[in-house]
Amino acid sequence: MSQTTAQNTKSADIPITVENVTLGYGETVILEGVSFEVNSGEIVVIAGGSGCGKSTVLKGIIGLLRPLAGRILVHGVDVAAADEKQLTEVRKDFGVLFQSGALFGSMTLAENISLPLVDATHLDKDTVELLVRLKLSLVDLDGYEEYMPDEISGGMKKRAALARALALDPSILFFDEPSAGLDPITSAELDRTILSLNQAQNTTMLIVTHELDSIYTIAHRVVLLDKSAKGIIAIGDPHELAQTATDPRVKDFFHRKARE
Amino acid sequence: MRNRRSKEHYEISLKGAPGSDQVLRLSGRLDLYATGHLLEQFKRVLKPKPPSSLSVDISGVKYLDSGGAMALKLLESQAAHQQVPFKLEGMTKQAQQMLQLIQPDKLAATPPPTSERRGNIIENLGAATRKLGGDLLDVIAFVGRIFLALVHVVRRPRSLRWRDVELYMERVGVDGLPIVALISFLLGLIMAFMSAIQLKNFGANVYVADLVALAMVRELGPIMTAVLVAGRSGSSFAAEIGTMVVNEEVDALTVMGFDPAVFLALPKIVATLLMMPLLILFADLMAILGGMIIGVLYLDLTVYTYVQHTMGALSVADITTGAFKGVVFAMLIAGIGCQRGFTVSGGAEGVGKVTTSAVVAAMFLIIVADSIFAIVQYYF
Repeated sequence: MSQTTAQNTKSADIPITVENVTLGYGETVILEGVSFEVNSGEIVVIAGGSGCGKSTVLKGIIGLLRPLAGRILVHGVDVAAADEKQLTEVRKDFGVLFQSGALFGSMTLAENISLPLVDATHLDKDTVELLVRLKLSLVDLDGYEEYMPDEISGGMKKRAALARALALDPSILFFDEPSAGLDPITSAELDRTILSLNQAQNTTMLIVTHELDSIYTIAHRVVLLDKSAKGIIAIGDPHELAQTATDPRVKDFFHRKARE
Repeated sequence: MRNRRSKEHYEISLKGAPGSDQVLRLSGRLDLYATGHLLEQFKRVLKPKPPSSLSVDISGVKYLDSGGAMALKLLESQAAHQQVPFKLEGMTKQAQQMLQLIQPDKLAATPPPTSERRGNIIENLGAATRKLGGDLLDVIAFVGRIFLALVHVVRRPRSLRWRDVELYMERVGVDGLPIVALISFLLGLIMAFMSAIQLKNFGANVYVADLVALAMVRELGPIMTAVLVAGRSGSSFAAEIGTMVVNEEVDALTVMGFDPAVFLALPKIVATLLMMPLLILFADLMAILGGMIIGVLYLDLTVYTYVQHTMGALSVADITTGAFKGVVFAMLIAGIGCQRGFTVSGGAEGVGKVTTSAVVAAMFLIIVADSIFAIVQYYF
């Protein structure tokens, strides 16, 4: 661990550093030698076709999947080597929006959102209730405190889950396919919410998606993964990449062309 | 990063006498953790005597998150409510954006939705009764569907998914055998031991064999096996089908033109029907073996005498009745397990509820069925 501490001072300013990471399940290697950084207040999108390992990278960074090799530093803590206690500490500072929302079905929306608030703070009941309503109003769900997750629509569930991820005003937010299963209008609204949160709070965001519209709207930088390359094939501003890329795989992705 | 967790890293100062123009100066971190404290302090600014005007200077604020911004916005709307001129100064661009996100009018508590409102006791009683009646109807309808499906399978055996039947036969029978065998063996052992203490007094040692054989084959073998199968397999059927309902897999089957009851429930029911009598026979055998160990080691009986007495006590009818009970119990356990699975509503919690309900209902029905058997056997 002493080595990691030495590194901490250098990398503490950069919220997320992925260094030469190999990820996979059991014997199957999905990604090899992946390296990139996410700077403070930046929105980075991880994109690529199905099965290229987008969600796997996310799982690695949030500590749900241990990498087979390499280091992943989140606020200077190596989540690949950290024990559960350290991971819990690091996780307190980030929020995750899962693909399905992952709201707890047996709790009302208010209970879902107050769960992290009650656990991590010493705020009194009234303030927690006020904050719950604030979080719901941020995602345009005010008035739905007492609804159960199965009483609201898919898009609303997604937004409620975002409100839960925002509960503690995390400095890093992770999104796994935020627009999956949403109509274009709801999806664009969610993009707007993401942008306004990023600007207002300088929240660092790492978003997994393959929606080109979202990528162009919200991404400061895009990390493009490829299944056969088992790694990154391009990193950069999406508008620039779309225009200047010479790699046919990158071109195809940005111009929605199916490859033979 | 850690100092982010610490509380109240902000400073607050109020200049000007109450009732006159006042300046509130804030600096440091106005974050979520400080929200409760901030709200308290702000209340005191406007009460008991509100200032003639209030200007809030946040130029010294280094960090402002949604919690802090909410407190400021609430102060602003409270001031407006009391008609105190309010001014917010020293905002950074970011703070401005944060404050713009907050809409104080949306923070009022809303009444719970109508579905949450609870009726009075008579309404609830009526609703519960209707639900019970509905459940009963569901069970009867399900039994009908399964019966028709069984008839269909007897006519056209190829319509059943036999590979699934094999799979569930393995899960119910082969995988369940060790625990059924162990429990029955110990049961036989305990029964023999407890009765031996009494029978020894009368020199009737040898009747231990009769007692163990009759009690086990007629009554306890089928019951114990049924309880174990209900716990192992009935619950897993309910959970499996319930999860499929939650994941819309059952809907997918329906729209593809399959009857979910036939596709999902029938293989499980047929497998349980086939394995249950076999498990019961094994249970009987193991219990007799357990009794024999006590008989031979503790009561000085020979293996030959013990086996002779066991065979003398039992008739073929006893064994077939036990096996037949097994068939009936299997139908109840697998049937209720599958039926409950289909009734899941909600998510993970719903699956848990139906699993419990499947096991409880199966045990209840097993005992009821066994009582009916006892009465029928007594008269015929």
